[in-house]
Amino acid sequence: MNQDYKLFHPKWHRTRIPIFWWLRKRAYTKFITRELTSVFVAYGALLLLWQVWMVTRGPEAYARFIAWLKHPLVSGAHVIVLVVLLFHTVTWLNLAPKALVLHLGRRRIPNVVILVAHYGALLGATALFFWILVGR
Amino acid sequence: MPDTVTLEVQRYRPELETAPTWQTYEVPVRAEWMVLDALNYVKDHLDGSLSYRWACRMGVCGSCGMMVNGEPVLTCATYLEALLPGPLRVQPLKGFPVIRDLIGDLTDFLQKLTSVKPWIVRDQAKPVSEGEYLQTPAQLAEYKQYAMCINCMLCYAACPIYELEPEFIGPAAIALAQRYNMDSRDEAAQERMDVLSQHDGIWACTFVGECSAVCPKNVDPAGAIQRYKVTATADWFTSMLMPWGTK
Amino acid sequence: MGVQRSREPFLWALFSGGGMVSALCLPALALLLWIAPGMGWMEGPSYGGLSELARHPLTRLFVFGLITLSLYHWAHRFRYTLYDGLQLYHLNMLIAIVTYGIATLLSIATVVVVWFVL
Repeated sequence: MNQDYKLFHPKWHRTRIPIFWWLRKRAYTKFITRELTSVFVAYGALLLLWQVWMVTRGPEAYARFIAWLKHPLVSGAHVIVLVVLLFHTVTWLNLAPKALVLHLGRRRIPNVVILVAHYGALLGATALFFWILVGR
Repeated sequence: MPDTVTLEVQRYRPELETAPTWQTYEVPVRAEWMVLDALNYVKDHLDGSLSYRWACRMGVCGSCGMMVNGEPVLTCATYLEALLPGPLRVQPLKGFPVIRDLIGDLTDFLQKLTSVKPWIVRDQAKPVSEGEYLQTPAQLAEYKQYAMCINCMLCYAACPIYELEPEFIGPAAIALAQRYNMDSRDEAAQERMDVLSQHDGIWACTFVGECSAVCPKNVDPAGAIQRYKVTATADWFTSMLMPWGTK
Repeated sequence: MGVQRSREPFLWALFSGGGMVSALCLPALALLLWIAPGMGWMEGPSYGGLSELARHPLTRLFVFGLITLSLYHWAHRFRYTLYDGLQLYHLNMLIAIVTYGIATLLSIATVVVVWFVL
């Protein structure tokens, strides 16, 4: 018998939420993984900043930076960074049509158009960087 | 197809116990049965004390939402056969306090829904003599998807944020607010923004997206919320940069 | 006017902008600036050429924008991940100060490097 029970004021039950709630369901784990890509985005931003800083420190310092990039552990790690950054890119761009619902006059622009526009921008940016850093 | 399937049903009788318990029932399997039919069989033949909500039994009233094997579903729309060989675990919708057995307390949702004013709000109601409000198919298409919500609360059960932060206004409330924001007859978009552009409004949402995945009516509340974040942000910037505009 | 609306829209705008620019630019830059030289696939621009490219005003602007927006994207997203993922609600103010604080300090460092030192 539940001693705390009061007639007409039932004791409602609330479940405790475990700390690792996000491991219990695949969809939640995928979500947290997606969110943690932001850490790699921050890493990319900081590495870029460091690279620019090395440019300011002169050719020897920059050469040391390049040598560091060539270290197998470092270049291996950067491949992982690239994979995670691509995961961020794909998940981000795929969700763009959900947030960006636009109209031309009265007609709604189809989701696929928004999606293609975003991937087009990705290709355009990539092509631009290739041209600037490799092509010239 | 086996003859019977085992149902493991969560029971909670507050006058008897302080925490939920499980009770097992053997239910016959029929080809066209839904989980709701199995529960009705339990109530009719095995254990009349089992308490749960249901009404239309055809997926339009939103009453029979429960967790089946950990997923929020409408029990009237979930085939028993698809879940064989079982056992099936049936629990009340996650995220809501349990009143009894499979019945959750939905008061919180109802209060939140009311707070977003889910009705047409106009400064001046059009007098009957002037006739009906006319709406083109394109204007209807703007909000129709969000009007399909049957308040079944599956989205709240799927949303991890609602479970973690019960003050979160939740997917259905925002989708229904959008239904009216986008209705050409309504004039209360700014009023709703006061309620929605708060931390416990749209900003607690981190676009997990599970709400849209479980919605039986394809309302896509996640999409409604993300669109609203864009709207609210644009509104914030314009009101910051051009504060002289009238509200 | 009534209720004071949240200031979240501003932070969300930074998060959103950062998410977009990092999504569009970081993979290609990772490949060209870090992996390709690291793997020896290409020598890349000479120090002199790179230095000249870096000092171009458009490059400075782009690099500044990419870094600062990406940092604020991380700050906002990481804040929510800690808040919800580890249920650290009681530390909300602290987490906000630390994440946005780090992003702000590093953004200031970026300004200094990109506009003054470079």
